[in-house]
Amino acid sequence: MSAPLLSLSGVTRSFGALTAVDDVTLDVPAGARHALIGPNGAGKSTLFKLVTGALRVSAGTVALAGDDVTRLSEPQRARRGISQTLQHSSLFLSQTVEQNVLLAAQRQHRSRHSLVPRRQAAARERTRELLADVGLAERAGTPVAALSHGERRQVEVAVALACEPTLLLLDEPAAGMSPAESARLVGLLQTLPGSVTVVIVEHDLDVVFALATSVTVLHLGRVLLTGDPDEVRASTAVQQAYLGTGREALFLDDPGPSRTEVG
Amino acid sequence: MLGWFDENLVSILNGFAIGALLFVLAVGLSIVFGMMDVLNLAHGAFFLVGSYLAVNFVAGDSWGGFLAALGVAALVGLLAGGALSGMTEPLARRPVLDQALLTLGISLVVAEVLSIVYGNDVRSVSPPPGLDTSVDVAGSAYPAYRLMLIGVGLVLALAVWLVVERTSVGALVRASVADREMVSAMGIDNRKVKVAVLGIGSMLATVAGVLAAPVYGARPGLDETILLLALVVVVIGGLGSIRGALIGALVIGQVESLGRALLPDVASFILFGTLALVLIVRPRGLFAGKVAHS
Amino acid sequence: MSVQSLPAETAPGAAAAPAAPRRRRPPRALTAVLAVALLAVLAAVPLVADPFSTNTVSRILVFALFAMSLDLLVGLTGLPSLGHAAWFGVGAYTAGLVSTHWTSEGLVTVLAAAVAGALAAAATGWLAVRSGGVYFLMLTLAIGELVHQLAQSLSSVTGGSNGLFGIPSIRVAGTPLTLAGYVYWFVLAVVLLGALGLWLVAASPFGAALRGIRDNEGRMRSLGYSPFRYKYLAFALAGGFAGLAGGLFAGLVRIVNPSDAGFTTSALMLLAVVLGGAGTLWGPALGAAVVVLVRDTFGPTLEGHGPLLLGLVFIVAVYVLPRGVAGLADLRRGRRRAVLPGTDEAPA
Repeated sequence: MSAPLLSLSGVTRSFGALTAVDDVTLDVPAGARHALIGPNGAGKSTLFKLVTGALRVSAGTVALAGDDVTRLSEPQRARRGISQTLQHSSLFLSQTVEQNVLLAAQRQHRSRHSLVPRRQAAARERTRELLADVGLAERAGTPVAALSHGERRQVEVAVALACEPTLLLLDEPAAGMSPAESARLVGLLQTLPGSVTVVIVEHDLDVVFALATSVTVLHLGRVLLTGDPDEVRASTAVQQAYLGTGREALFLDDPGPSRTEVG
Repeated sequence: MLGWFDENLVSILNGFAIGALLFVLAVGLSIVFGMMDVLNLAHGAFFLVGSYLAVNFVAGDSWGGFLAALGVAALVGLLAGGALSGMTEPLARRPVLDQALLTLGISLVVAEVLSIVYGNDVRSVSPPPGLDTSVDVAGSAYPAYRLMLIGVGLVLALAVWLVVERTSVGALVRASVADREMVSAMGIDNRKVKVAVLGIGSMLATVAGVLAAPVYGARPGLDETILLLALVVVVIGGLGSIRGALIGALVIGQVESLGRALLPDVASFILFGTLALVLIVRPRGLFAGKVAHS
Repeated sequence: MSVQSLPAETAPGAAAAPAAPRRRRPPRALTAVLAVALLAVLAAVPLVADPFSTNTVSRILVFALFAMSLDLLVGLTGLPSLGHAAWFGVGAYTAGLVSTHWTSEGLVTVLAAAVAGALAAAATGWLAVRSGGVYFLMLTLAIGELVHQLAQSLSSVTGGSNGLFGIPSIRVAGTPLTLAGYVYWFVLAVVLLGALGLWLVAASPFGAALRGIRDNEGRMRSLGYSPFRYKYLAFALAGGFAGLAGGLFAGLVRIVNPSDAGFTTSALMLLAVVLGGAGTLWGPALGAAVVVLVRDTFGPTLEGHGPLLLGLVFIVAVYVLPRGVAGLADLRRGRRRAVLPGTDEAPA
């Protein structure tokens, strides 16, 4: 395997007395398709935010392609190639699908300071391609506010890809998608070039095992296990939890009502 | 140093008097926003209502008139705050700007109605009997009324501090500034709290107006000047912070008085400079009482 | 030329718009015809109207540009400024001083006014922009009021509360424009250029980024934009265009009062933006026309109590035009996120 693209070491984040992410050390090799799984409250989304810079770490370091980015702001990290879809839809609701994607695409085409609309041709061309890829070519002119939940997730993916990321973080991209939409998403992600490293948080284990080349299991903010999909499937702890309580409660030793489903 | 102090003693005392007034005014503005998310831009206009009430009751002629002006102003303030609470209720789920625009409109209307009723001349009010003299302070003659203002400001600051830090009502105020959902989750009727808070906040404005009348008089445009100062105080101190309002009021009081006395040409720059300096170091004010909407 | 990405907000009604978005819009030909017709009517005003009316239309044009510059902030960027008249005033005083003491060459005075407006906005705006949220409202109000007071207290420069009067008439290529018609055409030309400039900014990728920040600042950050830079630049640009309008105003009415930089003027323009429809540029221009006409018509009968009417309209507009006002600025309620950031998957 090549050198790690994303390297977390001792990453910790506390909110008062609550430690949401606890001493996570993790290397994701360049080109990997890495899945993060674990029950709600395991700290997956918080970990993503620590990687993107939306949250600051309490301790530890985040390195991207060998460079320590712990002190960089979220936009600075984004400009180094980190891109994400968020667990909760985060789009520009009053604007059209195309305008949403274009906002991401225009950053990559160095045309954003131009006052001449023509110079945006490249960004617009890329936007068209991406919308065709995610299956929204027909909806380019529709305001995002008028889209279904599943379609919005597709826009999110197109926006994330329009950033031309080297590291793509997907937080439950298939949540709320129909089976057909989710199959299309898996197909799209499978066609991503090896230059894009993907880290995905997903509850739908079909999606996870269709994509992932490696899997990390998080539990209560800590890394329980990292391995390839077969190892994770073969692990007795995993199997017990998986077969015993069903998918949603995977690895959850106390699936009480206090753990509320989010997203 | 001591000589400089002596020379400027009157300015410094004036600064404290202005600071005391600004505190009374700003603490209302700050609590109303901190607890209820209402940015009341009519606060300055309410202040001016108080000043004109002092003119009406000829407050200077007798203590009776002065106290009557205070009482009526307090009542008017409470009612205005209650009305404002009702008017902002439909806007509660809308952006803060909507409420700001509403209170902006109210302040324009109130100020114009005042100028229609009282005309555009500067009206002066003399201090109540007994306080219209000068007192000797470290060799300088100083108006007794302003000394009383400083005292009133101190007493009020102490009272507000005691209420907020030591009573259950105060605990509710603090909780509400920190997290309003939590308070409504506790089963307290938010609407009643809102009427009370806006009433008291507006009352502080009208009362400050009466108290200020013997110093500033009453004139059109005073509302904007005073609102500007109150806003600066609140921004410097931190929205929703009572300590912040006190420190901010004392600082701006000195800037307004000592600053104007020493460097009259650039007083506006000093005011802005103070504001800028504080915000560079603390973007949310000295004592950020709450996370503002950003 | 591809026009697909033209933002929906830049509508075809803007007088200077050379092209129109394709989707869900009147056909381009119709838009072009309307634009040309509007231009023709505007250009013909001095030929058919008496000098007084020509003067009124001149002032409407100036305030239209002013309102559009405020819309760049309020409608496009979602930054509701309560002190925008400050930059208008800075521009007006600059143009007045330049033409009194140096040259009244029209282009020089208005360009100086625009530069002064932008510089003044840049010098103070970073405070308001950096603090954001409701602080932005309070700080723009405070900064505007400070400029207003400065205009009043620096009487050796600004003429204090008497105003800066005796401003010489505008010259073009050395010739003073004495007839209202010529002044009008000069104003029209500059306003059209200013509107074109604003429209270009709105239609550019920079304008798209501003709308992105208005709608969802957090997402823009994660896309690699630094919102502060964009907002700050928008603030300075808006100040520059307001200054340009102020410069025209000084040349047109030839007297500048502190109140031109004051709160009431700011409120008046905010009302124009609200009434016209924030974020459309042409809407606020139309709003400015209505506001100026109403003020001129009813102002005299109210014996100087115009702000009374202004205030009442504000109060009514907040309730009657909730969408217009709500679209003004997305001062999102950040409280829920602020309580426990990032713990959305923490145990309840």
